[in-house]
Amino acid sequence: MLRVAQSLIEQIHKHGIRDYPNECCGALLGREEEGHRTVLGLLPLMNQRNDSPRNRFSITSEDVRLAEKEAKAKGWELIGWYHSHPDSPARPSEFDREHAWPWYSYIIFQVANREPREMRSWRLDDDRAKYAEESIEFISGGPR
Amino acid sequence: MAVKVIIPTPLRQYAGKQESVEVNAETVGDALNSLTSQFSDLKRHLYSDEGKLRSFVNVYVNDEDIRYLQKEKTAVQQGDTISIVPSIAGGNGRLAGNAARKKAKEE
Repeated sequence: MLRVAQSLIEQIHKHGIRDYPNECCGALLGREEEGHRTVLGLLPLMNQRNDSPRNRFSITSEDVRLAEKEAKAKGWELIGWYHSHPDSPARPSEFDREHAWPWYSYIIFQVANREPREMRSWRLDDDRAKYAEESIEFISGGPR
Repeated sequence: MAVKVIIPTPLRQYAGKQESVEVNAETVGDALNSLTSQFSDLKRHLYSDEGKLRSFVNVYVNDEDIRYLQKEKTAVQQGDTISIVPSIAGGNGRLAGNAARKKAKEE
């Protein structure tokens, strides 16, 4: 299960709306305890796929290191990533799967006509064959 | 040469939950082979079915990206640190825009 405060969901939505019709992306920072994860902060990042931002996103290794450093500075971990699917369902594509890392939580959310729609979270299976969906618990208010 | 390989968080579960592993190697390729020999579950996440390092797997020797050195043939020295650092990519549907035009031109 992935627990996310409503205020952080709103920030993710705003990022998706701002970058629409392009894909937005960012890091999820937080903690893993007793089998569930809690997102405590975000690091919005710039999509480096200038050639096809409408349906591709890319986060450089330098930005991954930045996100790790940001998480560590706050006593958290880098636990995953979010990205938007403009006008497409919040499901991982084959391209997503081919490029995914295990362990991370991948939040994918749909933005259609500048409006946020469904949001789902996914984790790559150990054998890389597919994703398993993880439930999202939306927590009211800010991060606890 | 004894070198340290830093394991990124998403792969530590396949390396005995270790943050780093010491291996003996002459090159980066040797080091990664030694690593995946010890921890075979790492292999499919680091390498494609064709045996090539996946494009989103970035390898550094003491903060230098091996793509700008001799790639997996990069020699390592005693005490060097090899870091495996993810980059993250994804997307939905077929390529569009300039990327699609570029790919069509190449084909």
